[in-house]
Amino acid sequence: MLWEVDVSLTDAAADHAAREVVAGASGLGIAGCTRARTAAGWLIEGDLSRTDVDRIAATLLADPVTESFVIDEVGAPHLSSGADGLPTVVHVLPRAGVTDPAGLTAQEALALLGHPGMIVRSLRKFWLPKLAAADVERLAGKLLANDAIQDIVVGPLTITSLAGGRTWAFTKETIHLAGLDDTALERLSRDRCLALTVRELHAVRDHFAALGRDPVEIELETIAQTWSEHCCHKTLSSAVDHVGPAGEATYDNLLKETVFAATQKIRETLGQRDWCVSVFRDNSGVVRFDGDHDICVKVETHNHPSAIEPYGGAATGLGGVIRDVLGTGLGAKPIANLDVFCVAPSDTPAAGIPPGVIHPRRLLAGVVAGVRDYGNRMGIPTIAGAVAFDPGYIGNPLVFCGTVGIMPRGNANAAVEPGDLVVVAGGRTGRDGIHGATFSSIELSSESETESGGAVQIGHAINEKVLTDFVLEASRQRLFHAITDCGAGGLSSAVGEMGVTLGADVDLDRVPLKYEGLSATEAWISEAQERMVLAVGPADWEKLAKVAADEGVEATAIGTFTGSGRIVLRWQGHVAGELDCHFLHEGRPKQRLKSRHVPAAVSPAAWHGDRSLAACLIDVLALPDVASKEWIIRQYDHEVQGCSVIKPLLGPGAGPADGTVIRGSLGRDRGIVLGVGLKHRLGRLDPYQMAAGGIVEAIANVVAAGADPDRIALLDNFCWGDTRREDSLGTLVEACRACYDIAIAFAAPFVSGKDSLNNVFAWTDTDGTAREISIPPTLLATAMGQVDDVRRALSPDLKAAGNRLAIVGVSLADMAGSQLELAGRVSGGAVPTVNATACRAACRAVAAAHHAGLVASCHDLSDGGLVTAVAEMAIAGAVGARVELARVPCDPASAAPDLAIAFGETPGRFVCEVRPDHEAAFAKQLAGVPWAWIGDVTAEAVFEIVATDGTVERVAVNELSRAWRGEAV
Amino acid sequence: MLSPRALILRAPGTNCDHETAYAFERAGGIARRLHVRALAERPAVADDCQILCIPGGFSYGDDIASGRIFALELKTRLADALVRFRDRGGLVLGICNGFQVLLQTGLLLTDPASGSPQASLAHNTSGRFVDRWVRLNCTPGPCVFLRGVDHLELPVAHGEGRFVLRDPALLEPLRAAGQLPLTYATDDTGRSTNPNGAVGDVAGACDLTGRVFGLMPHPERFIDATQYPAWTGRLDPAAPGAGLALFVNAVKAMA
Repeated sequence: MLWEVDVSLTDAAADHAAREVVAGASGLGIAGCTRARTAAGWLIEGDLSRTDVDRIAATLLADPVTESFVIDEVGAPHLSSGADGLPTVVHVLPRAGVTDPAGLTAQEALALLGHPGMIVRSLRKFWLPKLAAADVERLAGKLLANDAIQDIVVGPLTITSLAGGRTWAFTKETIHLAGLDDTALERLSRDRCLALTVRELHAVRDHFAALGRDPVEIELETIAQTWSEHCCHKTLSSAVDHVGPAGEATYDNLLKETVFAATQKIRETLGQRDWCVSVFRDNSGVVRFDGDHDICVKVETHNHPSAIEPYGGAATGLGGVIRDVLGTGLGAKPIANLDVFCVAPSDTPAAGIPPGVIHPRRLLAGVVAGVRDYGNRMGIPTIAGAVAFDPGYIGNPLVFCGTVGIMPRGNANAAVEPGDLVVVAGGRTGRDGIHGATFSSIELSSESETESGGAVQIGHAINEKVLTDFVLEASRQRLFHAITDCGAGGLSSAVGEMGVTLGADVDLDRVPLKYEGLSATEAWISEAQERMVLAVGPADWEKLAKVAADEGVEATAIGTFTGSGRIVLRWQGHVAGELDCHFLHEGRPKQRLKSRHVPAAVSPAAWHGDRSLAACLIDVLALPDVASKEWIIRQYDHEVQGCSVIKPLLGPGAGPADGTVIRGSLGRDRGIVLGVGLKHRLGRLDPYQMAAGGIVEAIANVVAAGADPDRIALLDNFCWGDTRREDSLGTLVEACRACYDIAIAFAAPFVSGKDSLNNVFAWTDTDGTAREISIPPTLLATAMGQVDDVRRALSPDLKAAGNRLAIVGVSLADMAGSQLELAGRVSGGAVPTVNATACRAACRAVAAAHHAGLVASCHDLSDGGLVTAVAEMAIAGAVGARVELARVPCDPASAAPDLAIAFGETPGRFVCEVRPDHEAAFAKQLAGVPWAWIGDVTAEAVFEIVATDGTVERVAVNELSRAWRGEAV
Repeated sequence: MLSPRALILRAPGTNCDHETAYAFERAGGIARRLHVRALAERPAVADDCQILCIPGGFSYGDDIASGRIFALELKTRLADALVRFRDRGGLVLGICNGFQVLLQTGLLLTDPASGSPQASLAHNTSGRFVDRWVRLNCTPGPCVFLRGVDHLELPVAHGEGRFVLRDPALLEPLRAAGQLPLTYATDDTGRSTNPNGAVGDVAGACDLTGRVFGLMPHPERFIDATQYPAWTGRLDPAAPGAGLALFVNAVKAMA
């Protein structure tokens, strides 16, 4: 029997979802949708009487105070008739095979109520006025559902059963490679979504020819997953012959000789004082923290899935990086998350949206909701982040998610032992996310939504929460030897990585499935979420299974790490496939690539209009990159776990923080500082300065929060366009060079990183022209610093009238890529360049002054430059400030116009607030670096800017605050 | 004198159990975190404890409604143990998700005649989860946890915290009986800090004995000054936070 229960709010005025439908319809220009009602619906299949269903609805599904419900068999006419004078009924259901967290939870709860074995599917129901069929379709497709993951049914539901498929019957599909020419190989790769190049397929063909056979499907898929750009950074680890502004350079392995090399050199220099523990090896980078803990950090991207399904893509992106931390060493406890989004401007006109693309406003709302619902449910505070806007992200947004973890010292090193059981724990395996690894390595197109829908996953955070509780308890009891997460490539990558030399025998028919019908290959490469693979000594298996049962987690032994050096895959005893580990991990032919970078010509700067300094400040504060992100931050729980000390919004005026600070654990005073840097606006102008400026910004962020400048760990996340092109690869090489130079200059090692290439969106215009748009070269730099004592952390909110303001660092007059340029007041000119040695000196001087107790507040200068920074400090402190531009140290000393002094974005500068009685001591600490007193904190909440000619402009801090918050000025 | 024992009951998705246990320890109690399944297997464990706390989180994902399934589990498997605990004078505290659970288990604000719930916590008026600090007025009355406290500043972090009554006419009698001892107050500019549209600005409720108390704000997130969003340069970082008082009151009452 298939029952339906519809639950709706008794008080129609409280139906927030209905209000959103009405507002959204109006936004889409659909007239006549002036009212709506919504309900949460449930389909329940199983042996239940009407009385049973009535009791289930009353005790489980509906709130006795606020909600009412109706029940009947699916298809009963009154379920799809109009309600409340609204005749059109629209159902939105998860597609078959798509994870339905609410349905799964309800299934568990039904078991608790004495009804085990039911199948439950959740749905959303909407009642709308009578509208044209085309309008209903548009409204449903654009607003109510995402057809990558959901089905829309207008009118009655006609489903008769929710039951899944039948058990797959074992077969082996041989893929004939022998004798295929290059064209045929290329087609094979594309048709099967393998993302392998012809050269790579040659290597596969030759390997199997030597074995005297062709590969079977599961073997070819395993190779494709393992060799994907996503899994092995094949472009960044290529040999590259580069021609750039600094001359010719040859790399045998680009990543190893730039990013890794910097870390290696820094560690060698530190010698005994080296504080890196495990870098570029595990799922996250691990560094020393205190006497008995190490901390780790990782940032991942989830761009392509988020482009198609923002909510699910961002949620599972965060879920994945949390598992990276959980799967580091013998397991680390996730204690903080960060998220960064790069999207097109929210006010992009609908006419400017290519086909197949989700409007950036809806996309941003979706990714924010995804991070919110996953991160909040996990109970991990989301404490840092940024949003960057550029039209280049229209078809291919960037979604970065990061996690910090803490583990007992000594847990960083883990090793699988021969004879260990292969144990999969957590969620069950379905068809979700098949081909995610290879999909992320292929460029997006307007067809992606239909072609690759299976690659989109939906997260089930509660599964990951209990999985986390289980892993941390099993780790505490030392019940496993190694652990990794099932991410891209699913079990094939996880087991492959763990058994990299040992090899493994895996019985794929023992993998717990969400529903029957998956083939051996599907079970092996599925990217179903919330799963971890553990290597468990046979003697510990029973104890581990007990911990899993106590926490309500499913853990299943599916094989053994053998020591044979081979991966053997079985299905009910049949050998489904067999691969040599050495070939799998070392057999990929190395590429040798050519790259070239010719710097863009610099046009002279031109000034436009006559907006005053104060007017420009209001313009800049309202620009999307700078404006308050409070609407996002407040949706994230940034205080759970009780360790947040410097929060993303702070001070009496709730202004923006630079770095954010958390305690490593409750009751301990040593802290972790997080900062991010992103100079996306420079990406197309100067990729070297884009990368260098971003890294310096991340470092300055954590220093401004009180971090020790000699203990900052860095992460790189490269997001690039089509690096098969020489010029695009050239910009990537320039960014890698910057990573090396800045890391060395600051003695700040990179400890982990990730790249996402081929971020290009292709479509065909209405007139038939093929078009494509590439993202600007984008490096996200993340800095993880440390403070000895969080009780001495720094924040940017101004503290008290009468305190002095100092600028540290030299300001350049160059304005290219600045926010003032975006505001239309200037164009052209050069990009401000990073002077790494000077920046490092500034960081150390500020840190020394802070250490001596001389800094009352501190803010690093980034988007919008000096006056924007001081305005933010005044907003946060709810006080006023006075700044004299003539006092700012500039280079060259005389040529900078006031607007450049006020709004220039030279990286690596700070504003410090100093008490009058600390003036002399502060000056003494700063000796040796360029700095100057530039003004004061004032009691009246007014920002006073004194131009170099002595003219004074005044603007109320309230007015600045309103501009920054996007309220009418 | 023995330190009172606080049992911090967790379910799948509970995520404030560690800091809540820490808050009881800081207040001088002995805290033990326990999975509801383990308690269901051995309900007698609760007999050794004087305080029972259901902490914040998203029990069972809150996919159906917040606290619903945790409450169902308590009602079906632990109803007797809970009533026994309350009737022998134990203190019960529910924070955020725990408050939602208490209302749904019937330990708080039930109609004396029918036993049906008088109140519920619905989706915030904004339709969104919100993390922000609020000002609170306390009228402790019988409420053990709020003894001697007249105002508080604490963070909230929830999507379903809008206190609603089955019958609006219940507001005054409940208030008069001292069962609504915690309400959202205005800030310095006179603006209400009610974050969710709660009726009567209600932020917390207790039973007639004052020994069962639930609240939406998170007192365990303001145990020391560094948790306050404007502490740098303004508060002594070594000072306790205002939320600690609730735990100290509970520990003192049971010591």
